Order: sequence, then structure tokens, then C-alpha cells
Amino acid sequence: MKLTKRTLLTGAATAIGLAASGLATTAMAQDKTKVGFIYVGPVGDGGWTYEHNKGRLAVMEHFGDKVETVYQENVPEGADAERAITQMALQGADLIFTTSFGYMDPTINVAKKFPNVKFEHATGYKTAENVGVYSARFYEGRAVQGTIAGHLTKSNTVGYIGSFPIPEVIRGINSAYIHAKKVNPEVKFKIVWAYTWFDPAKEADAAKVLIEQGADVILQHTDSTAPQAAAQAAGNVYTFGQASDMAEFAPMPRVSSIIDNWAPYYIARTQAVMDGTWASDSTWDGIGPGMVGIGEISDAVPAEVKAEALALKDKIASGEYHPFTGPLKKQDGSDWLAEGEVADDGTLAGMNFYVEGIEGDIPK
Amino acid sequence: MDLSSISPELLLASLMVAATPILLAAVGELIVERAGVLNLGVEGMMITGAICGFAVTIESGSPTLGFVAAAAGGAGLSLLFALLTQFALANQVASGLALTLFGLGLSALLGQGYVGLKPPLMADIHIPGLSDIPYLGTVLFTHDPMVYFGLLLVAAVWWFLNRTRGGLVLRAVGENHAAAHALGYKVVRIRVLAIMFGGACAGLGGAYISLIRVPQWTEGMTAGAGWIALALVVFASWKPGRVLLGAYLFGGVTVLQLNLQAAGIAIPVEYLSMSPYLITILVLVIMSADRSRAPGSLGRIFHASG
Repeated sequence: MKLTKRTLLTGAATAIGLAASGLATTAMAQDKTKVGFIYVGPVGDGGWTYEHNKGRLAVMEHFGDKVETVYQENVPEGADAERAITQMALQGADLIFTTSFGYMDPTINVAKKFPNVKFEHATGYKTAENVGVYSARFYEGRAVQGTIAGHLTKSNTVGYIGSFPIPEVIRGINSAYIHAKKVNPEVKFKIVWAYTWFDPAKEADAAKVLIEQGADVILQHTDSTAPQAAAQAAGNVYTFGQASDMAEFAPMPRVSSIIDNWAPYYIARTQAVMDGTWASDSTWDGIGPGMVGIGEISDAVPAEVKAEALALKDKIASGEYHPFTGPLKKQDGSDWLAEGEVADDGTLAGMNFYVEGIEGDIPK
Repeated sequence: MDLSSISPELLLASLMVAATPILLAAVGELIVERAGVLNLGVEGMMITGAICGFAVTIESGSPTLGFVAAAAGGAGLSLLFALLTQFALANQVASGLALTLFGLGLSALLGQGYVGLKPPLMADIHIPGLSDIPYLGTVLFTHDPMVYFGLLLVAAVWWFLNRTRGGLVLRAVGENHAAAHALGYKVVRIRVLAIMFGGACAGLGGAYISLIRVPQWTEGMTAGAGWIALALVVFASWKPGRVLLGAYLFGGVTVLQLNLQAAGIAIPVEYLSMSPYLITILVLVIMSADRSRAPGSLGRIFHASG
């Protein structure tokens, strides 16, 4: 380009314009509360991340232009998460939700470096001055699933696709097993660990393997809808939506679901940051407060089973019944809960054992 | 532990299904690398193929058309890489990584309207007579056409590389592009064709996941299969037969370890879970003790000067 006075002038004008608009956005950004989200999968996974993103959209809708949200998808758990969270904090986020168990230590590490940013870590247990934790009592929903699964299985074999052997997943397996066993003493659980939250091909393989080995009900604790598709292809296999309703697979194979509803919590915490009242907390809500929802039980389930499941759901919601109520023994036969005794949250949060009757070992 | 609950026939049959996506992608990348080009964008081309194939299958109702579209989509995306590396002489590693990121984003965009849909399934081929053979019939002769296509493709690639003049030229370009150019071969044209072939194969591999193995569309659903295909090419020392072996080993051990877990065998799950990677690498590394090496011009930029 030939430099003339004119191009120079235009260039200068553009630069000034850019600087001015830059200032404008900074000024506006100060009015807005910036909320960041770190996701373990893509927002289109149809399960876990999909629901967290729905929560984010609800925050945007609720606060309108008072809030700005940012998110990053497919952030691997572990060291790289630290980079992603740091970057978000550097971008000026006031509040950051890190939405997978594996972000626990990275979140704590980054929080130390940004004392003025608030952090919320999902499903973990480590807190700090500016780090709160939140999770849902998914095991309450698993109790309802277990009840339905115990009734539906004809082969008395329920397949369970686990992700990682962490307390959250183990609680779900125990709760589902206890309640399946209650209605069907013959029931057996086959558990496969996928060692991933999101890998549709592997999840589908795991579901196929379980079906080939005789399971006719598949419970999953991974994030995609692949196991639903595999069950649909196999026919005559029942599944449950995980984290999201997965209603596109109803009425068969998906007969019900656990739905995570994060929106009210995300809105409340964003409000707290705006008001300056945010304090580190530890929230663990279940069916009662609405953080865990039970998806429509489809007509593939006999009416009396549906009624029983809904009755159980209501008893859990009202607090009349706790899914971990004694007498219960651990897998090794030792006593855990005496008759009528209810598990305390501390034990549940760190649960690292199977209850009596489940076969196999938990990977260490 | 109850090993009797594992059916060897079903295991072997699902092994072939689990191996096919990485086999297709790896054999394509093998041609690309033998032509001296390192395309790290396999994952991006796979996922693009996965959504192109899925979308066209849903719209047209024909999985065959879907696979054709997947190949076209993968090849189309790879053209971008060819443009960057062969004409703009950009760095191949950076361009390949960019291609993966671009492919993941593009596929998520294209796939927005296709979440939760169920594609029409491709009918299995039942070869009369052969598929009725007890045991072997189930294992070998009741698959979808793509499984056989993958096997044929490996054979064709082997034959092309080792038995045809075209294969010889391609290898010459990959070994020493300056010498090939001096002999009058069109280095850039040959490489662009190789890159497109690799893209088409990766696209087919991706579509195999979205149309047959899962079958549905989910964002990011290839979940690293492209990287495994890339690693496989290296560990197979750029030989088609070993790529086949590696893909079947990897797919086989993946399915086997899930089966063993479900059967409750007393091997710690962590070991089972890492076994597909360990065993595949170990076997291929031991086999490549025969001083096989990478194509001489792999990853180097070619510019016809003078």
C-alpha cells in the first residue's frame, strides 16, 4: 500500500474509533456481571453439559443485559482445566462455574490466584474462601430408577455404565441397587466402567456388551445419549435418561429419567454476586427443592409400577424417606446402618464402598 | 466371575465393528503420509464426515448416499488443508491442528438440527450359504457393507502401493520430493490427491460412527478416534497390513475389556481400561523392529524452485 496523507488520516481515525469503542465495551462490562462456565463435554451432548448450558441460558434470560456469560466446552479434566479456568478469570469473569468433578483441584488452584473472583465447583467437596461447591442428590433419583428397573427386568440382570469410580457414581450404583433389590430379590447388577464422561462410541459399545451379556435394563452414568441409541437398536431393552430428559428416546427404550435442574441455583448465585452477598457455601439439593427432577414415566412401564415409583419419589421429596435407610450392610458383610438409621451426608459425600449384594470391586 | 456369559461369536463380530472407523481413517492417513504429508486434521475430517453422512442419510433416507456424502465432506475439508500446505506453503502441523479445531466447530454448527434423530440403518449383508455356516457365519459374514469395504480398502491400498506404478510414484514423492520433481512428477498434484483420499477415508470412518456404531449424531462424537488413527499409522510403520492388525487389535481389546468387566473378571479395571492402548503399541513396536522408517520427506514443505 502506498502511504499517502489520506490513508494515514483514515488509519488514525479508525484507530481512534477502535479505541473509543474499546473504552465503551470496557465501561459497559463494568456494569455487567460476567459469569463463566467450564464444560466437560460439548453443549450438544444431550445430557450433562446440555443441562448446565440450559442453566446458563436461564441466567441470561433472567438477568437480560445485566449479565454477560462465557463458556468453554470440551475442557479435559486435569492440568489443562487449570489453563482454561485461568483464562476465563483473566477475561474478567466475576463468577465461574466449573461443572465436572475432575475440575476440583484445578478450581482450588486457580481460585488462590484470583481472590476477587468467585468460583463454584460442581460435585466436588473442596471449598475455599472464594470457592463454593454444589451438587444434586442424584441418588434420590437413582432410588426411583432402581425401583422401576427391578420391576422391569425379566433377565434379572441390570447393566450399569459407570464413568469414573468417584463417590457420586458409587452412590448412584448403591442407591439403584438397594431399591431394585427391594422389589426384586433376584436382581443382579453388571457394572462396566467406561473411564470417560463423554465418548459416544465407547458408551454405545459398553451398552451393547451389557445387552449381549443378558442385561435388559441399562442404567448409565455417562453424558451422551449413545447408550439409548444402542438399546433402541437392540430392542426390548429399557433405559433411563441421564442428567437430561432424553425424551427423544421415549417411550422405549427410555422409560424415565433423572433431570438435573441447575437454573434456579445459577440464577440465585449470580444474584448473590451482583448484590455482593456471595459467600462460599456447600449446596446439596435433591428432589424436594427441585434440583433433581424425575422425567415422565412412559407407558412402557406398568401402571402399578409407575404408581409405586411416584409414591417413592413423593416420600423422598417430602423428606419422609431417605434412600439410604438401614438396615444396610457393606459389600464385605460388615454393618453400616442399623435398622431405621439414616446415612449422614459426610459418609455419602465420600462413599467408596458397595453395599451388600453387589458383585465386583470398585477400581481404586 | 462368569466367563461363559461372554459369547465369542458376538465378541468377534463386535470387534470388527469397533475396529472399522479407525481402520478407515488410518488407511487414508497412511496414503497421505506415504506421499510425504503429515495431516494432523484426521479428527476434524472424521467428525465432518460423521455429520455430513448423518445429515444426508436423514434427508435422503439412504445410508449409502450418506457414506458418499461423508467421503465428499471429509475430502472437501481436506482440500482446505491442501490449499494451506501445498499452495500457501504453511506449516503442516499447525495447519492440521487448525483443521481439527475447524472441523469440530463446523460439524457442531452443521449438526444443530440433527440432535436426537434416528438414521435409517444400513442392512447387513447376508451372503446366502456363507452366513449360515455355524459360528464363522455369525462372526465373518453378517456385517454391514462398510466392514467389508474397510477390508477391501486395505487390500487395495496395499496393492496400489506395492504393485502399481502409481504407488511407486507416490512413494517416490514421499521419500524425496526434490528427486521426484526432478524426474518430472507433479509433486503438488500427487500430494493434493493423496490428501483428498485421506480426507475421504477419514470422512467414511466418522460416518461409520454416526451411522452404524452408535448410531446417532452428537457433537464431538468421534471423541479422539482420529488421534488413535494417527498414532496407529506411526506404530504400524506406514504399512497397510499392520494398520489392519493394529486397528483390529485396538478395537478387539476395547470390546474384550468391556466384556471382561461385565463378566466380572478379577483383573483390576484400570488395567483392563488401558489395555487397548498398551497391547496395540506393544505388538506394533515389537513388529517394527525391522528398521522400518518414516517416509523421507514426511512433513517437509515442498517448493519447486527454479
